Amino acid sequence: MDASIPTKPADAHIDGPVRAHVVNLSFYYGEKQALFDVSFPIHDRKATALIGPSGCGKSTLLRALNRMHDLYPGNRYEGEVILYPEQINIVSPEVDPMLVRLKIGMVFQKPNPFPKPIYDNVAAGLWVRGIRKKSIVDERVEQALKQAALWDEVKDRLRTSAYGLSGGQQQRLCIARALAPDPEMLLLDEPTSALDPIATARIEELMAELAPSVTIVIVTHNMQQAARISSYTAFMHIGCMVEFDKTTTIFTTPKESRTQDYITGRFG
Amino acid sequence: MTTAELSGVSERRANYGRLVASEAFLRRRAITGNVIGVLLFLAAALSVLITAGIVFVLLQESILFFRQVSILDFLTDTEWTPVFENPRFGIITLVSGTLMTTLIGLAVAVPAGTILSIYLSEFARHRTREIIKPILELLAGVPTVAFGYFALFFLTPIFQTFIPNLSGFNLLVPGIVIGIMILPYIVSVAEDAMRAVPDSLREGAFALGFTRYQTAVRVVIPGAFSGVTAAYLLGMSRAVGETMVVAIAAGQQAKIALNPLEGAATITAYIVQISLGDLPHNSLAYLTIFVAGLTLFLMTLVFNLIAFWLRKKYREIY
Ligand SMILES: Nc1ncnc2c1ncn2[C@@H]1O[C@H](COP(=O)(O)OP(=O)(O)OP(=O)(O)O)[C@@H](O)[C@H]1O
Ligand SMILES: [Mg+2]
Repeated sequence: MDASIPTKPADAHIDGPVRAHVVNLSFYYGEKQALFDVSFPIHDRKATALIGPSGCGKSTLLRALNRMHDLYPGNRYEGEVILYPEQINIVSPEVDPMLVRLKIGMVFQKPNPFPKPIYDNVAAGLWVRGIRKKSIVDERVEQALKQAALWDEVKDRLRTSAYGLSGGQQQRLCIARALAPDPEMLLLDEPTSALDPIATARIEELMAELAPSVTIVIVTHNMQQAARISSYTAFMHIGCMVEFDKTTTIFTTPKESRTQDYITGRFG
Repeated sequence: MTTAELSGVSERRANYGRLVASEAFLRRRAITGNVIGVLLFLAAALSVLITAGIVFVLLQESILFFRQVSILDFLTDTEWTPVFENPRFGIITLVSGTLMTTLIGLAVAVPAGTILSIYLSEFARHRTREIIKPILELLAGVPTVAFGYFALFFLTPIFQTFIPNLSGFNLLVPGIVIGIMILPYIVSVAEDAMRAVPDSLREGAFALGFTRYQTAVRVVIPGAFSGVTAAYLLGMSRAVGETMVVAIAAGQQAKIALNPLEGAATITAYIVQISLGDLPHNSLAYLTIFVAGLTLFLMTLVFNLIAFWLRKKYREIY
């Protein structure tokens, strides 16, 4: 594996420590190519937003970052996603997808708690990492639920089913579940699209609080949301990365007219 | 829809907008709906009536039986000799035979069925599944009498070579064969339940770093809990009611079955045996067919109630 940090066009936009580098990543659903030569840096302990019109490949890109596509036969990656400081190419077939997922957590568009008590949901990621000592698990569960701003609402019903929670609470539970094992990176695919404005606001607050300590990549359709919580924004169109820059730049002085058109709502 | 509601349609016509073809269309639609509703109700009512009829006959004849034999003797006596000079009616004998073969059958079918269902729903590729499932369905289509002779003439001699004190008629081999017979039912229901668990749950588990095996055991099975339990209980009901295998290969001697290596009669085997004889239709021995049947019915009922209760308690909502 190449140890040197690759020099790619996106490097022009690096202005801090980088957690991962996506380099010429292409992705195929069987025969159908869904990502074309995507390159951009993922800054350490900053939030990066992926925006773009429906079907442009945001979810596909996000799910490549934790090898979710490996679950279904026929999918194929080309190119590299170098994770630092380990300097491993996490989309290489030689790298065990299970190990990648132990490093990188994910929150899905639709809340998907397990059919188990609230406590067990949050503890699941610890269990799978071999952390089973009760005092440690208790502490991590509480901390994760507090981080996800859910602790006060559930602390008296930790042993009850997660399905008794509202949609917004379930989504925050899923965030707590992803946070409990302290992932190196957190991927979120439109985490608030199924929620009402109040629950959305809570989750956005939470993202803002997490950003200084966790590396975040978030897909969103909501321009205000991208502007509020992210430091960097990547604009995609039909499987290509059109523009990557600081969020403030993307939203004030984008270089590409397509980006401009999209964020001002002229297409997409 | 009642006619009163229908007549209201014309007054509210405007509210339906212009895209309703005609009032006659709405009326026809309501009539078709009603006719189908009535047909469905009749079908449902028929199945309830048939069940009620069976229970009625069982109860009626059993009451005649219990006029002559005390319930206490029936439940506590340790012998079952209805056609003897001095008849004894201890149902525990037959119940123990039935429980023994059922338990052996479940001991085979529950682990094998669970593993096979997990394999089919979580690990097997599409092609493999398309090969294994029809084979299992074929297994379910084999006549039970064939399974009976398979147990008696093929499996028992093989088992006797390494279990020397295994009787020619025994409970072990029929129990195992019952396990093989109920396997397709368990797999079919359990696998359906597992596949009904949405992929979003699996993805959630994989995203945390679960392996396929961990996902199956920790997420899919809990998610499919009620369906998997239903599968076991369906298998159990079939094992309890299985007749030909035990009638052929377990022997017909009614006694308390403690040793699976020896033969003993089950409830079903007894019913076959006595029905094939030519007992006078109002004799006490003849009535035992119905009490035995009632006992079988009650056992199955209890299992189904447990299944019902479990499903209610652990109903999954995704
Ligand atoms: N499993 C799949 N098999 C084949 N093609 C797929 C699959 N999933 C997505 N695609 C295609 O890949 C392209 C990108 O889809 P993707 O879901 O990544 O878009 P997206 O940007 O997340 O859209 P949205 O904003 O609507 O969620 C689309 O053209 C889509 O039809
Ligand atoms: Mg998407």
